[in-house]
Amino acid sequence: MLRNELSTLFRRRRTQAMLAALAVVPVLISVVVRLSGGPSGGEGPRFLSQVTHNGVFAVLAGLTVMLPIFLPMAVTVVAGDAIAGEAGLGTLRYLLVRPAGRARLLACKTVAVMAFCLAATATVAVAGLLSGVALFPLDRVTTLSGDTLPLSVGMVRIAIAAVLVAVSLLGVAAIGLFVSTMTDVPVGAMAATLALFIGVGVLNALPQVDVIHPFLLTNYWTSYADLLRTEVRWGGIVRNVGLQGLYLAVFGSAAWARLTTKDVLC
Amino acid sequence: MSTGEIAAPPQAPRRDRAPLAHRAPAIAGVARAAIRTEGLTKRFGSQLAVNDVSLEVPEGSVFGFLGPNGSGKTTTVRLLLGLLTPDAGHAELLGRRMPEASDEVLPSVGALIDGPACYPWLTGRQNLERFDAFGPDPQRKDRARRIDEALARVGLGNAADKRFKAYSLGMRQRLGLANALLRPRRLLILDEPTNGMDPQGTREIRHLVRELAADGATVFVSSHLLAEIEQLCTHVAVMSRGSLLAQGSIAELQVGTEAVVRVETTDVALACAVLSEAGLHPTATGSAVTAASGPAEAPSLPPAEELVRRLVHAGVGVRRFVIERPSLEETFVAMTGEGFDVAQ
Repeated sequence: MLRNELSTLFRRRRTQAMLAALAVVPVLISVVVRLSGGPSGGEGPRFLSQVTHNGVFAVLAGLTVMLPIFLPMAVTVVAGDAIAGEAGLGTLRYLLVRPAGRARLLACKTVAVMAFCLAATATVAVAGLLSGVALFPLDRVTTLSGDTLPLSVGMVRIAIAAVLVAVSLLGVAAIGLFVSTMTDVPVGAMAATLALFIGVGVLNALPQVDVIHPFLLTNYWTSYADLLRTEVRWGGIVRNVGLQGLYLAVFGSAAWARLTTKDVLC
Repeated sequence: MSTGEIAAPPQAPRRDRAPLAHRAPAIAGVARAAIRTEGLTKRFGSQLAVNDVSLEVPEGSVFGFLGPNGSGKTTTVRLLLGLLTPDAGHAELLGRRMPEASDEVLPSVGALIDGPACYPWLTGRQNLERFDAFGPDPQRKDRARRIDEALARVGLGNAADKRFKAYSLGMRQRLGLANALLRPRRLLILDEPTNGMDPQGTREIRHLVRELAADGATVFVSSHLLAEIEQLCTHVAVMSRGSLLAQGSIAELQVGTEAVVRVETTDVALACAVLSEAGLHPTATGSAVTAASGPAEAPSLPPAEELVRRLVHAGVGVRRFVIERPSLEETFVAMTGEGFDVAQ
């Protein structure tokens, strides 16, 4: 069941096109930085200025650029499509009378969407790594604290950072799955999820509502950068992982409650 | 509305199987029902889509589920399969309550619901692989063989590796049927199986249904095309505006309808006399005698062989002898008092 879901998801041209588009941006960043001879110090996104000295920073620059909009957008498409897409095609009824089992189906879809979060992030990271290594020298990794780490240690930390970026997407994925159980129109589910996500971003930028900031999905999203300190600061990272888990639990339960009682009319 | 319901045993009593039924049968003499519903009711907003439907589909029957578009057939099918939750009443498939027993029952039930639905970007074969993989009993080992067999059975062997989006309407319908035939089934629920099929395809479907029935499966076919059903079914039920008007074997449903005897003969007067004696009401036109069996309340028509014997004994030269019963369509129009149009 899960194997088929994953192969169906990744065999789909739309999925492949999204991953390809996600891969283009980090490559573009590397190429542009290379051609322009590097940004004037300190400007542009985080980590960008380090790319010229050390190619592995292209991974971090890529993730930093992609996390706020592009990665969540791609996740929104896949998560919003998860149930609503089946309903829209009418295949939901045939899966259910197979019988796929409503709870099993939701679990399968959840794992597939999580796999996509990981695949999307990995695509960005690998594209960044390859283009960075191809166009720039490799060196010891300079931390945010100003020290340097051996390249191997730095690489491991960057890999963990990529996994944390993937984990950061789980909250959006959970909301997308829930919205996806509410409608038979996948585009509607995608748009609604994206709108919610943007709304959260707006709230998170308003200092007037800072009491709710710790509960907002995106509040700890940049915490992965704390891995690049000489002494890793775990506080934000743990809170981010916990918060994403909470969103997954809450919206996962809501999706379960909705799907297991839904009248399937598609 | 369900006053016209005919509740008589559709086949000879099978007492030997009675102990197997763990629920008292609603109709005496029927040991097992492949589908049974009691007071099934579903409301969408203010509209009563299915109203107090109590179906009884005997095991081994080919059961025609008739009704105009919008009469609640598909909603009933969705209720049977657990896709919808009834507002009242309940449904049983193969003796087990739905939707609670879905995991145990549905693997033995093949279904085509409201037309086929597949993934356009996958091939026919990949679509079947996907549906097959999503059950509680994946049976991976013989999947490829089962898929090949099902595709061959519906005549899609050559188009198996084309993408679904390139399929014609009839091919899509065939793929939907192949999905219903992926495993050995005890019950098939086919909602409008000949939709979009050319005449040749329709014949093939009929043949397929007969084959399935011959293998011992119960086949529940819903349709708004009466002629199609008449040739196939042993039993029928009629829906109208969400209610069940009648159900029973075809013979039972035609009991009470007037039959007409037509005789072509050289001895018109003599034939009339013999038929009158047999309790019929003959009228002669030229060399033909037409005799009605009388009012519906007194279906006293002697068997055909008996009538012919009497005619020949009396010395009537019989050139042609036919007993005509009204078609199902005429029966149902008489029953519903309305045409077979979309009911709202």
